[in-house]
Amino acid sequence: MSLVEALLAGERLALARLLSQVENDTPAGRAGLDALYAHTGRAHLVGITGSPGTGKSSLVNQLALALRRPPEGTPPLRVAIVAVDPSSPFSGGALLGDRVRMRDLSGDPGVFIRSMASRGALGGLARATAAAVQVLDAAGFDMILIETVGAGQSEVDIARLAHTTLVVEAPGLGDDIQAIKAGILEIADILVVNKADLPGADNTERALRMMLELANPGRDPHEHQGWRVPVLRTVAAQAQGIPEVIAAVQQHAQHLRSSGEWHSRDRARLTHELEDRLRSTLAEEFHRRLPAADYEAAVEALLQRQLSPSQAVEKLLRQADPARSPQSGSSNG
Amino acid sequence: MERKIRVLIAKPGLDGHDRGAKVVARALRDAGMEVIYTGLRQTPEMIAEAALQEDVDVVGISILSGAHMTLVPRVVELLRANGQNNVRVFVGGIIPENDAAALLEKGVAAVYGPGSATSQIVKDIQDALIGAAA
Repeated sequence: MSLVEALLAGERLALARLLSQVENDTPAGRAGLDALYAHTGRAHLVGITGSPGTGKSSLVNQLALALRRPPEGTPPLRVAIVAVDPSSPFSGGALLGDRVRMRDLSGDPGVFIRSMASRGALGGLARATAAAVQVLDAAGFDMILIETVGAGQSEVDIARLAHTTLVVEAPGLGDDIQAIKAGILEIADILVVNKADLPGADNTERALRMMLELANPGRDPHEHQGWRVPVLRTVAAQAQGIPEVIAAVQQHAQHLRSSGEWHSRDRARLTHELEDRLRSTLAEEFHRRLPAADYEAAVEALLQRQLSPSQAVEKLLRQADPARSPQSGSSNG
Repeated sequence: MERKIRVLIAKPGLDGHDRGAKVVARALRDAGMEVIYTGLRQTPEMIAEAALQEDVDVVGISILSGAHMTLVPRVVELLRANGQNNVRVFVGGIIPENDAAALLEKGVAAVYGPGSATSQIVKDIQDALIGAAA
């Protein structure tokens, strides 16, 4: 039985192994993704991001626990967790410690936790996170919780990947306004003030509400495309406020579906992925055909300030394809 | 993408001393490995489950409680039962010589006592895995 067949039959070791292949971008991993693609698109992808030390892992742990033990009458969801931690820029190694806060989930076959090192990527996720999530989606998990690297201001890749993004904040982590800059605030579908039992929680909540107001002047401060961004309080270490977060996550999914935004987010994400692939594949192919000497000559022309970067690109393209008509004007794109 | 050696560092049993585990985890990270640290008081079942989900190449068990003769063979057994036959298990802690020999016989790859150099652990893992890497 192939890894893909074993995975679809529910074998956890096959799932774990395929995740490694995908993470390492091996030919087997790429073939696996191709074979599994038709099985994807079912899971609700939920991102959890926020500054280091806000309690993201503890919150993920509690969310997964609650999803596994829902109120009577609702079936438990199968939950996968992808937890991303930074790689060391010096050694390339990584210390992945998110499982420490997730020990409550051990022994439950309806939960699968995978740690990922960022491997040099800067957007808060690893390059292979989206692909790993596809594998878990195909494996039949209903909800996939994606915990980013402790992110501050610009690590907003998660908003592109996830249907629903939670931004987690906590009191006492320095200047509240500073801690949560516009970039990361704007991607929030749900704002969580964790560690809300600590002094300063009121200030943090007030700061977040003010930022929402500033981001949407003159309108309902919380509303964005028909969705009011809720500001919720939790104490994840004591399992407080968790049902409210789950309810908000599920309401957001409903909102996405009824407004058509589920579809448009999927479309935007897949378009971006296609664009990404197209770019890297075209660049790779072009490089394969391009004589190394031409490339070196172009770099030299840049160094000598004889050509601008866009002129150099134009020249390389013309060398590869003499029939190519020159671009109208000299674009600086 | 370059393949990274993945290591699970686990701390079974009831003692709360995880300094050694953390020192080893750091040393392995600094050698370029991806180290999954699971924290204190892990049962053999929890360790084997994490090793499976994380698809690790190596499991390092830090144990100071004296319960190594029951806990460590159980981890090895569970790994094998899950189909992870190639995962190397090493043990660090205060292990009497006779026990160490018995653990090696039960499929443990190496036992490191107090004062072992972390560079030796790094080298042993690299020697065992580089070349065997897929």
